[in-house]
Amino acid sequence: MNVLDETMEGARIAWDAIRANKLRSVLTTVGVVIGIVTVSLMATALEQLDRSFRDAISFLGTDVLYVDQREWFIDSDRRWEQAGKRSKITLLQARALERDLGMVRGVAPTVTANIDSARHAGRSSGSVMLIGTTEQFLTTGGNTLAVGRFMTKAEADGSRDVCVIGFDIAEKLFPGESPLGQILHLGERTATVIGVFTKRGTVFGQMSLDSQVIIPIGKIIREFRWDPSCTIQVKVGDTARIETAKEEVRGLMRKIRRIAPGRPDDFAINQQEQLVGQFGKVSAVIATCGFFITGLSLFVGGIGIMNIMFVSVAERTREIGIRKAIGARRRTILFQFLLEAAAICLLGGLLALGFVTAAIAIARQYIPGITLSISVVILALGVALVTGIVSGFLPAWRASRLSPVEALRQE
Amino acid sequence: MSLIRLDTICRSYEMGVETVHALRGVSMSIERGEYVAIMGPSGSGKSTLMNVLGCLDTPTTGSYELNGHSVGEMDDDELADIRNREIGFVFQTFNLLARSTALRNVELPLIYAGMDLDERREVALAALQSVGLGDRVLHRPNEMSGGQRQRVAIARALVNQPSLLLADEPTGNLDTRTGNEILELFDNLYASGHTLLVVTHEEAVARRSRRIIRIRDGLIASDERLP
Repeated sequence: MNVLDETMEGARIAWDAIRANKLRSVLTTVGVVIGIVTVSLMATALEQLDRSFRDAISFLGTDVLYVDQREWFIDSDRRWEQAGKRSKITLLQARALERDLGMVRGVAPTVTANIDSARHAGRSSGSVMLIGTTEQFLTTGGNTLAVGRFMTKAEADGSRDVCVIGFDIAEKLFPGESPLGQILHLGERTATVIGVFTKRGTVFGQMSLDSQVIIPIGKIIREFRWDPSCTIQVKVGDTARIETAKEEVRGLMRKIRRIAPGRPDDFAINQQEQLVGQFGKVSAVIATCGFFITGLSLFVGGIGIMNIMFVSVAERTREIGIRKAIGARRRTILFQFLLEAAAICLLGGLLALGFVTAAIAIARQYIPGITLSISVVILALGVALVTGIVSGFLPAWRASRLSPVEALRQE
Repeated sequence: MSLIRLDTICRSYEMGVETVHALRGVSMSIERGEYVAIMGPSGSGKSTLMNVLGCLDTPTTGSYELNGHSVGEMDDDELADIRNREIGFVFQTFNLLARSTALRNVELPLIYAGMDLDERREVALAALQSVGLGDRVLHRPNEMSGGQRQRVAIARALVNQPSLLLADEPTGNLDTRTGNEILELFDNLYASGHTLLVVTHEEAVARRSRRIIRIRDGLIASDERLP
């Protein structure tokens, strides 16, 4: 008996059996439906969480290295203290790295400072993050300009009084007028606005990328932060080469900072991956808890299927006898009932996906961009199939072992 | 070589603490092309003998050879294959699949034999035509009379060209006239060279065969050849 015919025959029998007991089949699937609905919603929520997170950290860039004094994630207080004692990364060191590093798209040293306000014509923006950097920041930071231009190399090297401002600041301080060429008061100092970034939104709903003010790094060191430690942004330009680039940066930094061979690094090379890794740990915990709960509801659903399959086998004992008498092997009978259980569960899976689609359509009003992805659909149907096969196995196995004489004797 | 050779077949069942000896040493042989009736009162072991002959059950001791196959040592799946290839069953209660059409009922043994769709359809249709049901192929059992159902069962039994047609009270659930039609069909099958084995308790049915084997208390009481 070939596999295709066996499947076709089994599917036909399963379909007949389900149709003959419509109400019973539907009621049986309720447990599975609930299980699959929770699995699908759970998976969709996790996907959404993951997507929001990746969106949120996308400003960091997947192919950008951040050379810093400290690691972003330090898991012990002792190491945190040690990292704090490291010598600062000076602008000279950053310049040296920039000079010696080949094969990257851009290297930009950055220094940040928070100031209470940026003001113009009596209007005040509230607290602002100042970033001092060079003309390369446009490449490494992944910003685009809405109007105007970014600082030139001459302006950066000469520490001119120019600034590029975030979208929110432009809106707040220059309503209805062009900010270009206007004087912006930054604390006690001033700078001429030469460009405005396009809107970028916030990170984790807090840190706004649109209320930053970018000025030449020389200016920030001169006027806002004396003797800071730089963060050097290195745009590799190709995620495939990021590991090689990382090693190159590491070697150069050790040379620049004169670290003796065998001594540990006294700087850190951070990247977006680390954040993703940390988030992965959190989402794994959520997923484990969630799937444990959904697993329970699926288990209950599976018991229902098993129960109804036992009933189905008992009702159709005579049919099993007939089939065996005319040549059905054990495997054929086993397969037939497994297929029936799987079909009931798949039906439940499809029903569940219907509910989930509706639920997501409603949720979309509150969570924009949430969708039912193909992978969730596949997961849901896969879980349904497995539930059917697992819970149908025992009844099917029992059916396959029936003696034909006994089975035919049944009325 | 005989089609069927039974050598001191015993079959006993455990019923609680008691052991029931349904067959206590049956030996016989049946040649190809014979038309044999097996008779006996209920409890005689006639059903057990039929189950053993039909490879639905295996003897406790003794050997059974069917068409050169030693059936006694076979496992479940091998027995299923033997039933599929060598034996066609006709039951008192027809035993058709209620939800399937006549055509699908007749096709079933061919599906289990692994025949592909086109050939299977053709062979099944031919079998239904041979029992005079060429115009009823898409009817379900509940849309047919008892006689028609039994014809479908006969078509299903013959469709794999088995070496043995095994009928258990084939006319038991039919009126006399319809029963006669079925027996006429059996006469034709005998005439065309089929081997028929009919289990019955009706003398009139047994008289249509050419050899009557009577079973009593798990043993062969008589083996009579009719002229």
